[in-house]
Amino acid sequence: MILPGLINYWVVVFLMMSGFYVVMSTGNLVKKMVGLTLFQTSVFIFYITMGKVAGGTAPILAAPGTSYSNPLPHVLILTAIVVGIATTAVGMALIIRIKEAYGTIEDDEIQAAEQS
Amino acid sequence: MSDQPILRVIAKMFIPFLMLFALYVQFHGDFGPGGGFQAGVIFAAALVLYALIFGTEQAKRVAHPQALQLLVAFGVLLYAGTGVAGILMGGNFLDYGALDHHDPVHGQHLGILLVELGVGITVTTVMTSTFFIFSARKKP
Amino acid sequence: MLEMTDLVDLALLLFLAVLAITIAKQRNLFVVVIVMGFYSLVSAALFTVLDAVDVAFTEAAVGAGISTVIMLATLLMVGTEEKTPSQPRILPLLAVVVTGAFLVFGTLDMPHYGDPQAPIHQHVAPRYIEVSGDEIGVPNIVTSVLASYRGYDTLGETVVIFTAGVAVLMLMGQALRFRQRDGDA
Repeated sequence: MILPGLINYWVVVFLMMSGFYVVMSTGNLVKKMVGLTLFQTSVFIFYITMGKVAGGTAPILAAPGTSYSNPLPHVLILTAIVVGIATTAVGMALIIRIKEAYGTIEDDEIQAAEQS
Repeated sequence: MSDQPILRVIAKMFIPFLMLFALYVQFHGDFGPGGGFQAGVIFAAALVLYALIFGTEQAKRVAHPQALQLLVAFGVLLYAGTGVAGILMGGNFLDYGALDHHDPVHGQHLGILLVELGVGITVTTVMTSTFFIFSARKKP
Repeated sequence: MLEMTDLVDLALLLFLAVLAITIAKQRNLFVVVIVMGFYSLVSAALFTVLDAVDVAFTEAAVGAGISTVIMLATLLMVGTEEKTPSQPRILPLLAVVVTGAFLVFGTLDMPHYGDPQAPIHQHVAPRYIEVSGDEIGVPNIVTSVLASYRGYDTLGETVVIFTAGVAVLMLMGQALRFRQRDGDA
């Protein structure tokens, strides 16, 4: 298995870096949140990739002797997804309050409004 | 979107099955894929779909915002209360085996069911009330 | 040796990479949010291929469902057009390339994809797989770990969700019941 050996990890790094790039390159707060979600999803894929066992199946008990993938990363990520959306909702609520207070969600304009 | 007959009819057909599916995911999560987190989100999605098609005011009559706010706390309390029940029955916190002295496996079943129910209630109500709050906000 | 599921895995990863580039390049936030929902759906498919059915289930319901709706509701209030940035974006690109290169260098020591001898599969997990059926009596191992073996974690996660719900309520000022009481007194 030369080809799929590390490719999953490399794609994860690519996705993570695109999320990182979105967070850094844009001044728009909503797009920053989307970048963070992108970053977060890449971490999910990283964990789930590590839990995969070749020839294994989903960790739901079947006939004895079956090989299963590792259930532990699944548990961690399952809860992380739901916590992720809860924190995204808080972020969105903050963005709406910022829009109401400053009339913009671009970070340089917010800074200009702060200084004036 | 309430003037779209196709959306209204299709949504009316689908929403009961969405809710039924959420309950199936909730209570069948021990045996197949599923559990409180997934069921909560699916149930909330059904309520959000209802609110999108028939309007938030209509949806608030089905799922009252104050009832939702109470249920948010109730879910967490149900979870923690199951843990405390374990202590009162002579075990450790969140030790479900103590819930049934004759058969620990049965106690585990009961504990998991209650805990998942608590998770499901909290997730459903947090997601639904978040959507209600966001949709009620006037455009600045 | 490449198997069919590996090909599906690679195709989905490629798909995700293309969607990530689309999100980074797109200036219209409405399009960004919709593509993000699609990205979540594709990653849910990827989780299914990687045997994480419970995770796939959650990601499909959360990422493609609720999360998209909440972001769209936000866009309704904050507008959908991203302002074109005035500053040049060479620096972020450079930072990302350097960080990415270090991370790829770090993966060279990682156990290969699907390797049953990887350290992660040697500790704790074998016990869950072997005895959870007898100890907990629940066929879905993810459920027994989530609710019973790691019940403390899940209680913490539930409290985080509860706190997030309370935070949204406070930020948006909709805690109706208590405000009315204050008015009466």
